[in-house]
This record gives sequence, structure tokens and C-alpha cells, in this order.
Amino acid sequence: MTQPLTIALSKGRILDDTLPLLAEAGIHPVEDLKKSRKLIFDTNHEHIKLVVIRATDVPTYVEYGAADLGVAGKDVLMEYNSTNLCEPLDLNIATCRLMTAALKDAELPAGRLKVATKFVNVAKRYFAEQGRQVDIIKLYGGMELAPIMGLADLIVDIVDTGNTLKANGLEPCELIAPISSRLVASRASMKVKYDQIQPIIDQMAAAVERQRNA
Amino acid sequence: MTGADRWLLPDGIDEILPPQARRIEQLRRHLLDYLDNCGYDFVIPPALEYLDSLLTGTGKDLDLRTFKVTDQLSGRLMGLSADTTPQVARIDAHSLAPEGTSRLSYCRTVFHTRPASLLASRTPTQIGAELYGVAGTSADVEIISVMLSLLSEAGIEGVHLDLGNVGVFRALADSAGLSDEQQSELFDLLKLKCQTDTLAWVERELSDSRLTEAFSLVASMQGSASALTDKFARLAELVPVAAQQLSDMTQAIEALMQRFPQVSITCDLTELRGYDYHTGLVFAAYVPGYGDAVAQGGRYDETGADFGRARPATGFSADLKVLAALGQRQFEAKETVAAPASDDPSLWQAITDLRTKGYRVVTEANGDVAGASQRLQQNDGQWTLVSA
Repeated sequence: MTQPLTIALSKGRILDDTLPLLAEAGIHPVEDLKKSRKLIFDTNHEHIKLVVIRATDVPTYVEYGAADLGVAGKDVLMEYNSTNLCEPLDLNIATCRLMTAALKDAELPAGRLKVATKFVNVAKRYFAEQGRQVDIIKLYGGMELAPIMGLADLIVDIVDTGNTLKANGLEPCELIAPISSRLVASRASMKVKYDQIQPIIDQMAAAVERQRNA
Repeated sequence: MTGADRWLLPDGIDEILPPQARRIEQLRRHLLDYLDNCGYDFVIPPALEYLDSLLTGTGKDLDLRTFKVTDQLSGRLMGLSADTTPQVARIDAHSLAPEGTSRLSYCRTVFHTRPASLLASRTPTQIGAELYGVAGTSADVEIISVMLSLLSEAGIEGVHLDLGNVGVFRALADSAGLSDEQQSELFDLLKLKCQTDTLAWVERELSDSRLTEAFSLVASMQGSASALTDKFARLAELVPVAAQQLSDMTQAIEALMQRFPQVSITCDLTELRGYDYHTGLVFAAYVPGYGDAVAQGGRYDETGADFGRARPATGFSADLKVLAALGQRQFEAKETVAAPASDDPSLWQAITDLRTKGYRVVTEANGDVAGASQRLQQNDGQWTLVSA
């Protein structure tokens, strides 16, 4: 019996790279996702729907079982840190690095550091593993500004080319984790809809492998 | 706190109102009766007991989930029960201490400092059954059968059973001589179900090609039980210490398929839930459209040892409130009878008689009684029922 299947996709850059992989698994949206203001889309399969949402909301939708599969960056997943999500496939798209960064040539003060980031949980865990006690300042964007304005000593953020850091007089310091987008699945869907989900995973895995070798 | 938000309940704490409360209570009675029919004796463990016994043989997870208070009489730490199983294990090993088999059931509220999952309440009503003193497949099949029948009694349809075996991973980890750190790394990878990452880790950390193959097999052991027969056989060949566990599991699957042809059964050897205390077969029931297991359990043979007596043990539990929400079972509503407001002693006698017979009799205070289908009326000095 074919059961309905919902796939939650992250808006923006990740979406551009995800659609070709979905296409390789034979899943095509019936209209242009970028031109429509709709949030939920039909596909060429009657039972498969796509929802396009903010990257940070993808794990929430999938964990609640509102979506069966999702695509989200490892950075978002590390911050979300749920034991109820599976990550069956590394899609190897939207790759970048999660790093600490500071003002170029700045000497870090002794004692407790102030760290500005939107990845609060990741930063807490990372510095605890390093044996360093830090104060975390939650910001929603423009991290680079924090050290310049004296709000923080360090930032934890995604680094792609490093140009934004450079333009603001910062430099990347330590690598926390290499980042790429992952296919995520709810633990319950992985069981109940295994026969439908696994072929999609296998086809996408083959496509990822082909891209890697190309 | 202002008057405007004084009514607010803490996050994840719910109250149950009519008519749901009646339905949940009816379901509770029905399911406990059913467990009694299966031969399981009802126990009521204390809500509060010393932390030492409450957290014996359980994981760090349960420790963090337990509310703690200091006992003013002894100065020792006590905990509000967050899981009934360790308490029932204590009751079996110490309080009852029978020689042979014991079958125990329970249903009560447990308390969680933080919800077990996004969907979970912080005060779930845990209902479950535990079977002690029987090792091997027959006990596993019995307890899973009780769980599946209970779900069916609750009117839950489209149930999907998932079986794992913590013992297989344990045997494999032992024969590979994995350090605790390695075990926990591999454990995290398997939990994510990312086969490529798991394979990369195994190839990096292990040199023995048999073990590499065995772990890769475990990582790929998901799916319909009947499709995994070949992989089971190969794994048993590679890791002879796990062969018994695997053949027991196959036997259990066959027995369950026969008993419950309507239930789809999958296996997943990467499912290592409760690795801290489970020792063998673990199982969970899922239904479409709900992001969490509706009932789950498994074998935990070592727990009794902490109370002085190791016993073969297996059991399951579920949240009654979830069963009531997902289940379709309807209970017959009682007939409501309206009685006039009167001090007539013969009326009072008539009301009492009807209530004893099982009617719901409500005295009219401000006019009509809601939902009343009949009314007590006096005809020639006799109180009789007429339709309302």
C-alpha cells in the first residue's frame, strides 16, 4: 500500500542543490518552487508532497512526524541535536565549515571568553569539550560585528569562502566541524514507511556518488 | 505572577477534562482487565522512593529525567518515579521474590523533568507489563503478543512492529574488543542510520575483515523481516557468539507473523534504544502519522542482580493518554436519568436503586440535566422512568 510521503526542503541555496538530487530519485515538483508563494507543492507522484521551509524548521517538522523526510544542513542538525532523527545520507551539497573566528591578530583575553553565535548548543558543547568555560551571546545574524563592537571575543559561525570575515577584519581560527546537507528522516517514518523511503535514499545515494566522482 | 496567568500550567503538564477523562479512565480499566486476563498481576509501586533503588541499572538519561527531593527524615535523596520498570524489577527481585515465573502489570503517572521526546508529556500515564523468570524466545513472543493485543484492544490500527537486538551489537562489540569510547562513537553513528559514515568509521577503526563485514551488515540490517534472512545467516557465520541470539530472533519473528498476520514486522539491528540496560531483543510499535513509538520494550536480564537476584526479564510500556488519543475504541456511554429536585424520601430511594443498577442519575438543580435520555416521574405514588 502506498502511503503519503512528505519531504521538507530547506529554502535558499540548499534547495537549488537538492532539486537535482530529488530529480535523480524520480521526484519532480509539478511547478517552479521559486516562482510560487505556496509552501506546499505537488510532485509527479500523487502520494509525494514537498514543503519548502526555513532550514532551522526542517528538523522540527521531521521529528514531529509532520514530514517524513527532510533536507537540512549539518550545522542546523548539530544545533537541533535530537536523538529521534535519523541521518541516512550525506548529500554532499552546500558544503562549508563551522568555525570559530576572531579579530585578526587579536590576543584573546585570559579567563572566560565571550562568544557570539546563533549556534548556542554547538558552541557550548564545543568549548566544554575543549575544557574552556565561555559565556555565550545569542545573536541572529551579522556575527562579524560582535567582536568589532566589543560585544564578544570570538564568534562561532559558518564559513564558506571566508570573504565576509576578511572584509570585516576577522580571521577563521578553529574548525568545529565540516558541514554539508543531510537527508534526515523521522525514526517512526523510517520504520513504518521503510519500503517507500529506502528506494529514495538508495537512488539519491547513487546520484551523490556520481556527482562525487564527476 | 499576575492574576491573568495564575491559571497557567507548566510546559508539558496537562490536565484531562470531560469527556476525554472518562474515556481514558474507561480505557485504563479495560486494558488493566485485559492484562489481568493475560495473567498479569497488578502492582502499585510508590510514586516516591530513594534514588539509589530508582536509578539502579538504568542509564544517565533516566537520571536526568528524574525529579529529585531530599528526604527530610533520612537526609537521603529521593526521586519521583520517571519509569516504572526498575521499580517493578525491584518488587519482583526483592518484595515478591518468587521461585518461578512472575507476571506483573501497572498503570500510573510518572514524572519527567523534561519530556522524553518532542511529542511526549512530562506526566505520561505509563501502562505496561513485565514478565520475569522466563528466558528465551517464548517469553519474548508472549510479551510482544500481549503488547500487540493491548494496542488492538485500545482500537489502534495499522500497527507496525519493529524488532532490534541489543545483544547482537553487544556480542559484536565484545568480540571486536571495542573500548567504551569506540562503542559510544559507533553507537552514535548507528543511531543516525547513516550507512556511509558507519562504514567509514568501521574501516578506519577495525583491521579484522570479518568484523568489518559484520558491522557493515549490522548497519544495513533494516527492513522487512522476511527480506533479511540471508543477512541474518551471514552475520551468524561471521560472529558465532551472536548466532544463538539471531536464531532466537528469527524464531520469534516467525511466531509473531503467524499470530499477527495483519501487523507488518520489520527488523532493525541499528536500533540500540536503552543500550544501557537492555540485554537482548528490543521492540517498538509504531503507527502511521505519529512520530514516536506508541509502545516499546525489551529484555533486561541484568537489572534484578542489583537487587540481589538476576532474573530473566522482559516487558513493555506505553502512555495510556497516547493510546486513548490514537485508539478508536469507543465505550458505551451510560444512560443519564434526570430526577426532579425534591425532598421526597421515596424519590431518594428510587434514585439510589437506579444508581446501584448502574444508571447515572442527576438531580435537576437549574432546570434541565444535560444529556438526560430519561426522567424520573411520579405516577400514582410510584417513581417511574419516562423518556425525557
